[in-house]
Amino acid sequence: MSDNSALRTPSQRIAWTATIVVSTLVFVFLIAPILAIMPLSFSSGSYLTYPLPGFSLRWYDDFINSPRWMNSLKNSLIIGVASTLLSMALGTLAALGLAQWKSRFKPLVLAFVLSPVVVPGVITAVGLYFFFAPIGLTGSYLGLILAHTALATPFVVITVGATLQSFDTNLARAAASLGASPLQAFRRVILPLILPGLASGALFAFATSFDEVVIVLFMAGPEQRTLPREMFSGIRENISPTITAAAVILTTVSVILLATMEGLRRRNERLKGGG
Amino acid sequence: MTAASLTETEVPLKRRLKEAERARQFKALALVLPLLVFLLFTFAGPIAGMLWRAVDDREVRQVLPQTIAALADWDGKDLPDEKAYAALASDIQAARAAGTIAIAAKRLNYALNGFRTILTSTARNLKAVPEAGTAKETLIRINPAWRERATWRTIRDAGGPITGFYLLAALDLTRNADGAITAAAPDQAIYRDIFARTFLISLGVTALCLILGFPVAYLLATLPPGRSNLLMIFVLLPFWTSLLVRTCAWIVLLQSKGVVNDSLHWLGIIDEPLRLIYNRFGVCVAMTHVLLPFMILPLYSSMKAISPAYMRAAASLGAPPLTAFLRIYLPQTLPGIGAGSLLVFILALGYYITPALVGGAADQMISYFIALYTTETANWGLASALGAVLLLATLLLALVYGKLVQGQQVTGGMKN
Repeated sequence: MSDNSALRTPSQRIAWTATIVVSTLVFVFLIAPILAIMPLSFSSGSYLTYPLPGFSLRWYDDFINSPRWMNSLKNSLIIGVASTLLSMALGTLAALGLAQWKSRFKPLVLAFVLSPVVVPGVITAVGLYFFFAPIGLTGSYLGLILAHTALATPFVVITVGATLQSFDTNLARAAASLGASPLQAFRRVILPLILPGLASGALFAFATSFDEVVIVLFMAGPEQRTLPREMFSGIRENISPTITAAAVILTTVSVILLATMEGLRRRNERLKGGG
Repeated sequence: MTAASLTETEVPLKRRLKEAERARQFKALALVLPLLVFLLFTFAGPIAGMLWRAVDDREVRQVLPQTIAALADWDGKDLPDEKAYAALASDIQAARAAGTIAIAAKRLNYALNGFRTILTSTARNLKAVPEAGTAKETLIRINPAWRERATWRTIRDAGGPITGFYLLAALDLTRNADGAITAAAPDQAIYRDIFARTFLISLGVTALCLILGFPVAYLLATLPPGRSNLLMIFVLLPFWTSLLVRTCAWIVLLQSKGVVNDSLHWLGIIDEPLRLIYNRFGVCVAMTHVLLPFMILPLYSSMKAISPAYMRAAASLGAPPLTAFLRIYLPQTLPGIGAGSLLVFILALGYYITPALVGGAADQMISYFIALYTTETANWGLASALGAVLLLATLLLALVYGKLVQGQQVTGGMKN
């Protein structure tokens, strides 16, 4: 069906046209809201309506000069990077282990490892709130980093695991037979091959932490508020154009993450195609 | 290989191989272990703790220990004897000194509205431990509620250490005087409605996602890879964009002076701004926007796996396009439809942020009440019980989802 000129009957052509029309409307529905708030952040007025009275960067200025917003951006980066590193370490080890482990309990263990993705955020947050408060981990960076790591690690296990599945274990054997120590074989043979998988795992982990707000709502003190948390308050209280500036900054980060991800995917496909 | 060819040297080799394999398995497990321990501490443990709180009932027993002990063999038919009154008076004195009256008062007030006043007024007016034999008349003089069997039954039933009280309350049920399970009082029976509302909103959002997502997935699966990759960005960009940004965008678009209302007004379609947000409509629109990629992606991959040869075969055998679509194409997309719908439905059930920001009071879903009872009113037992119900529903659906996806992988493997 990929050759659309093969659509012969009028009814087929009508159906195809309808598919295109409906899909276009859905694409507009998906993209338009995100695009619509961007210009508002460059407005010189303080109302979130079109037409814009003029162009200005005053809301970005507002963002940069507000200790509250800048602190939240800093917190998001600290917590995001730290939980990415931690979840990469835990998740990569686990994926390596799961790839070799043969047991009838494996599906059960895998289900347990992946369950933080499925369990509603509020339940994890409430559980952590009760559990971390008595041991002083609420209102601390460490508590948030641990919680975000738990949420992000499943994505690392999935992406790294998928890469390992397509990895040819004969290469590791070849390295060993040529006299490489296990560590050398990992560093010089395995690591370069699974690096794209690791990188997409890291991106997923960072995006998970960077976007998370429910756990932060329950556990962060005023000092640890992240960017999404600050946006949550901002939306609740009153939507100022500064929030749209924050939204543009967040979206820019998302676009960078997405573009890197696409680049990695294409590189991987090219490598596979070449092999 | 015959048994005779099994020489003696091969047996140790076999054993050695087995041992090496066992060592490998140990090493593999050792690599997974750190994550398992970590998740035990940061995920499974906390959730188990929350489930425990749904049945934990030790507050009253800690504040009024002698009373609970004295009521242990009370049959509940007549008023308890002087001994129980004396125990209560002594407990109240001790609790007032320790400042723990409020803890018991709060718990008892959940079971019997107004109990907080009974207990605090008694604590305030009980100047000293009554003389022997006068505890009953002293307490009844301070507050006539101590003459009611219901007051005493409430204390006894809250004696713990574990209770089904919160779990029953989460399902709009309670125990009556005889201990039988009955419907809760109408002013407290709100949770079934909230669960039904959560279910309906999730179902509606799932249906909307399916209706909107199906044509898009079909288009993406049918177009040549170059063009479909380009269009895929329209699905992936929202997928990667922050939930808060998307929710904020819908508020900006839909508010009474927002872009949509302004445009409609400018076009002359409406005179008065439409109410598009802080109601059910806004919740459904924003949630559909957030969850649509989770529908499109599994649908797309299931459609991508359908060989175009099937449709060509149907056409060459004389099936009209609609028949071929309904009888050949659609049945093959059913696993994808099932997986996508279940995924969207599971995610929607636990939604909190979007309804909290774009919904009205009547559109809040179950997660909102779990959060409310945890942080605002600190009714942790009820919050945990509602959480337990939501968790159970989610895990059951996730189990079905797991089976469905697993089955798909198996059939997918067979096709290749």
